[in-house]
Amino acid sequence: MRIGIVCPYLWDVPGGVQAHVRDLAEALIEDGHRVSVIAPASDDAPLPAYVVSAGRAVPVPYNGSVARLTFGFLSANRVRKWIREGRFDVLHVHEPAVPSIGVLACWVARGPIVATFHASYQRSRAMSVAAPMLQSALEKITGRIAVSDAARKTLVEHLGGDAVLIPNGVTVGRYAEAEPLPGWGPDGGVIGFLGRMDEPRKGLPVLLEAFAKLAPERPGLRLMVAGPGDADDVYARVPRDLHDRVGLLGLVSEADKVRAYHSVDIFCAPNLGGESFGIVLTEAMSAGAPILASDIPAFRRVLGDGQAGALFATGDAAALAREAARMLDDQALRAKLSAEARLAVRKYDWSTVARDVLRVYETVVGAPVSVEDDPL
Amino acid sequence: MTTTVILVVGTIVLLTAVYISWRAGRLDRLHIRLETAQAALDAALLRRSAVCLELAGSRLLDPATSLVLAAAAHEARTAGPDEREHAESDLSRTLRAVVDQERFREKVHAPELLEELDSAVAKVVYSRRFYNTAVGVTRVAQRRWLARTLRLAGHTDYPLFFEIDDAPPAALAAE
Repeated sequence: MRIGIVCPYLWDVPGGVQAHVRDLAEALIEDGHRVSVIAPASDDAPLPAYVVSAGRAVPVPYNGSVARLTFGFLSANRVRKWIREGRFDVLHVHEPAVPSIGVLACWVARGPIVATFHASYQRSRAMSVAAPMLQSALEKITGRIAVSDAARKTLVEHLGGDAVLIPNGVTVGRYAEAEPLPGWGPDGGVIGFLGRMDEPRKGLPVLLEAFAKLAPERPGLRLMVAGPGDADDVYARVPRDLHDRVGLLGLVSEADKVRAYHSVDIFCAPNLGGESFGIVLTEAMSAGAPILASDIPAFRRVLGDGQAGALFATGDAAALAREAARMLDDQALRAKLSAEARLAVRKYDWSTVARDVLRVYETVVGAPVSVEDDPL
Repeated sequence: MTTTVILVVGTIVLLTAVYISWRAGRLDRLHIRLETAQAALDAALLRRSAVCLELAGSRLLDPATSLVLAAAAHEARTAGPDEREHAESDLSRTLRAVVDQERFREKVHAPELLEELDSAVAKVVYSRRFYNTAVGVTRVAQRRWLARTLRLAGHTDYPLFFEIDDAPPAALAAE
């Protein structure tokens, strides 16, 4: 099958949607399909052979966080050209309600279109305002997929209609084995965090507050933070004498990310909400990292109600510190959580997910037409 | 003065015409999408009953189970438009009873056939969701004041939702 996939976010910055698109594309290619992905990319970014650049992305505040998006007539033309040359059997658009090339692709194409909705929000003003404007583009979508119950609920509330539920996948094998990063654990005292430092929803401030409580009593304790953002903002939240015990790795490569999961004694996901699925969590689980996560519904479900990772009350730094202390003091508990996590993550492996997505393609393709550009 | 009036009226008429034609075009696109979704749903249902009949006739099951499954699949395939939702729901229930028997997977050594069944069942769920979503959107568009007054929908019927019990057997479910 010839499949065209549209990713709305900047390809060379790590993120849940980008990772989803990459893993889906690779699983489909492995299965013998012809896949082309179009995504915004920086000029000098190295791209895999199956990715086509849609041009540079502009940072714009959108829906409570800063997103790097691509829009405008030039981008629309690039997408149109890609569709015309790709002659796809099915077009798969990710996050079509985000103002980026996803919605542009719906706008300029016709034929079998599948869309995956990732994000979930309570009530988004942006979505409510945009819904009528997006209507004619979104009406072209034949099959809709939601990656979580929360994402599906958001979709039903804001845009109406229904979607099928296909959860995110994780390439378990890619994370299973790696050398720890030099100079880091696991040595009994490393807590790790991965994600954008400057995005409030990721909850880094909660972890920093808990770290400031724990660190004075535990001289061996260190904090490892991997992800893009402003270092000064982070240091401003930590007492001065603890600065040398907080390591900011900045934006890490894929390989280093895997190694980071293997370098910690506790992997902490203090998200405050808005996370429709825990892709970072399932990666850490594949690596067998002992996990401590906020008890937002998505994390609670992925972690089997605390079976495969410890949970603490969302946003509560004291509760985080208490649970972390319990885990740090108990080597056997960490080993048990690690083993349970590796077991629980198997049902999220990409091979299962890609098979289900392919069935959606087959459902909408039915008629012998391919995706064309729509002359409007 | 009169030229201004003519110009203004002319512009209004032109804009109205463009708007109405755009709305009609949109409704037409929705109808095409609905027809495609309906064809996909139809194909998925037929495929499911065909795979069920194949399983029933495969001699992999005991004769009683075969008979129950074959009867339900036959009913689903031959049901008229009015009984179809009923018959398809019955097939879903029968299929659950058959596949969720104890040790079904151990007894039935036909991985390819079971994979096909799994896929056919999932596609019924998918295509029905997509069809019902298309019905919802089309209904709203048809009910709009403009569409009703000017009969933009032409002779197209008011589309009906397809409501059945399509829950897959527990042993086949994705997770």
